[in-house]
Amino acid sequence: MRSMRFTQAVDDALATAMAEDPNIVVLGEDVPLLRRNLLVRFGPGRVRGTPISESAFLGAGVAAAMAGLRPVVEVYMVDFLGVGMDALLNHAAKLEAFSGGGWTAPVVVRAPCGGGYGDGGQHEQSLWGWLAHIPGLAVLVPSTPADAGGLMLAALQHDGPVIFLEHKLLSETWLEFLGSGARRTVQYDVPAEGTRGKVPNRWKPLPMGEAVTRRPGTDVTIAGVGVGVHRAVEAAQTLDLEGISAGVLDLRTVSPLDRTAVREAVARTGRLVVVDEDYEGFGLSGELAALVLEAGISCRFARVCTRTTIPYARPLEDRALPNTERICAAVRELLQ
Amino acid sequence: MPADLWSLYSLMLKSRLFEEATATLWQDGLISGELHLGTGEEAIVAGVVAQLRDGDAMALDHRGTAALLMRGVDPVAIMRELLGRPDGLCRGMGGHMHLYSRDHLAACSGIVGAAGPCAAGFALAAQHLRPGTIAVAFFGEAAMNQGMLMESLNLASAWALPVLFVCKDDGWGITTQSQTVTGGDLQERAQGLGVPAVEVDGRDAGAVWEASRSAMQRARSGQGPTFIQARCVHLEGHFLGFQLLRMAREPLKEMPGITLPLTRAFLHARGAALGQRRAGLKQVLGAVLATLRDPRRDAANDPVQLARRALLSDPLRLKALEDQLEGEIDAVLASAVGEDAS
Repeated sequence: MRSMRFTQAVDDALATAMAEDPNIVVLGEDVPLLRRNLLVRFGPGRVRGTPISESAFLGAGVAAAMAGLRPVVEVYMVDFLGVGMDALLNHAAKLEAFSGGGWTAPVVVRAPCGGGYGDGGQHEQSLWGWLAHIPGLAVLVPSTPADAGGLMLAALQHDGPVIFLEHKLLSETWLEFLGSGARRTVQYDVPAEGTRGKVPNRWKPLPMGEAVTRRPGTDVTIAGVGVGVHRAVEAAQTLDLEGISAGVLDLRTVSPLDRTAVREAVARTGRLVVVDEDYEGFGLSGELAALVLEAGISCRFARVCTRTTIPYARPLEDRALPNTERICAAVRELLQ
Repeated sequence: MPADLWSLYSLMLKSRLFEEATATLWQDGLISGELHLGTGEEAIVAGVVAQLRDGDAMALDHRGTAALLMRGVDPVAIMRELLGRPDGLCRGMGGHMHLYSRDHLAACSGIVGAAGPCAAGFALAAQHLRPGTIAVAFFGEAAMNQGMLMESLNLASAWALPVLFVCKDDGWGITTQSQTVTGGDLQERAQGLGVPAVEVDGRDAGAVWEASRSAMQRARSGQGPTFIQARCVHLEGHFLGFQLLRMAREPLKEMPGITLPLTRAFLHARGAALGQRRAGLKQVLGAVLATLRDPRRDAANDPVQLARRALLSDPLRLKALEDQLEGEIDAVLASAVGEDAS
């Protein structure tokens, strides 16, 4: 086993795949600097900077995938997918259905997501629920370096469009680039478990749609993705001291969703708390409630999500995003 | 009527002092995330904003602080917003990339190119509700490759909207040299959409003032939009703590962490042929070298210094003005970090 940081693991898995498959190309904004280690190894033919033209390069990435390449298209932030959304919403996601199953676009869209460092509501969104809402898009939200590398390989082997989201609080490079800027005067609540960890000596693709139990528990199941998983584990540790046994389920991929794992866990505990940094309404948390109801499982339900536009001010932001206090409070209320 | 360089210098210096103060707050960790300064583009902003009238609108980018200050938005409210205070301009909800002043019809956006459609819409409302008023869009040259901005140029042209499209061209889109990802000439691009284009030295506030005066007259009289390309240098790069500038300014501190993985990747057994690898390395080094040769070091590229030199003939008046502005900004800072009045 090796130890790696989060984005280092993604890039390492990506490099491994690029060495195997010459059809993988990387393109996106500022890629020559951001992915310089790929650029000097695989050359400018395969690692290409784009203009700030999301509509054009996302659309081109989709079509290049249709025509035989395996593009990894990088967008500066998931928020900016708004600019080029048509390529994903109306094209990448529809192709397989429209072509009667005869044609797919194996494109990987890689974007940083998430908040907690004071950049404001246009640069800190999660949006995985918004993306997973669209049939035909896979949406991956890893929470550890090992999962990040394994899921990047899975994305590169998937026969359709995949959105690969890297939480900025977990990424050593993004948080420095956009947050601290090498200052030592700012602090962010970074979950250490997610930023550096053991990774396999040889990367293997992780199955998409397979959740993993981060912590066993008998009283309540806390489910989430990304940084939310780490907040949930932290909350579970606090609750443990109060005699509450909280299990934590890391969904890892929002679409496909491991419905079986959620059903099984909730059937055992009878209580489900969803931690979701994405917006509360019409999203992942509601989806989990629906799947439990559809299965006829009787359970108590609560959710700790982002309800509003993410405020710029750090104290306001800390209250708006799911935090351990809110998770603990939600669990305690369910157990009353 | 020629430009009044004294008033332009006053606007520019006020903005410079304000932004230098905010840079200190950022260094001290009182501003948590990104901070994009407008230092280096003050002449462009001053030359345009000095001529705006009541009812005129501004569509701003992620670097909108200077324009809001020069437009007369309360500097204490702006600084408190940057500090994320509940008594800030937007109650601490927006931050420096998302500053709004409804009273001034001024809106920022952190989405590159968004100033285009925003200005077009402001101008459409102007046509209906406030004939004779105009809208200004401020954006960088890298935004010119954004579809929504190109579409807005066309829309403004087709509808003869009263818009000034002001391109603050510093040649860089974050870490990318814009010429490497841009086809053709930007002025010709605007002209191809039926929008007259002018080029002006964006370091020269008087020249910007002149160029925008004609463009505003055109817009106010219903003759439609103008595209102004004004070249400038961003003194602090894309944002504070900008990695490329750090690499150039503090190579001993920054480079070891970068060169080791870079060398390892370059020498990795499995990868492209040597020529491709060399070409890749050349690209990486090119960006760093271009930053090293950076025009930021040349005082001639500082618009505030440039204007100041022209005013040295009246040193007493100059000193009085500078003392007054320094006092003003000191007072703003003291007031902004003081107790919450609300």
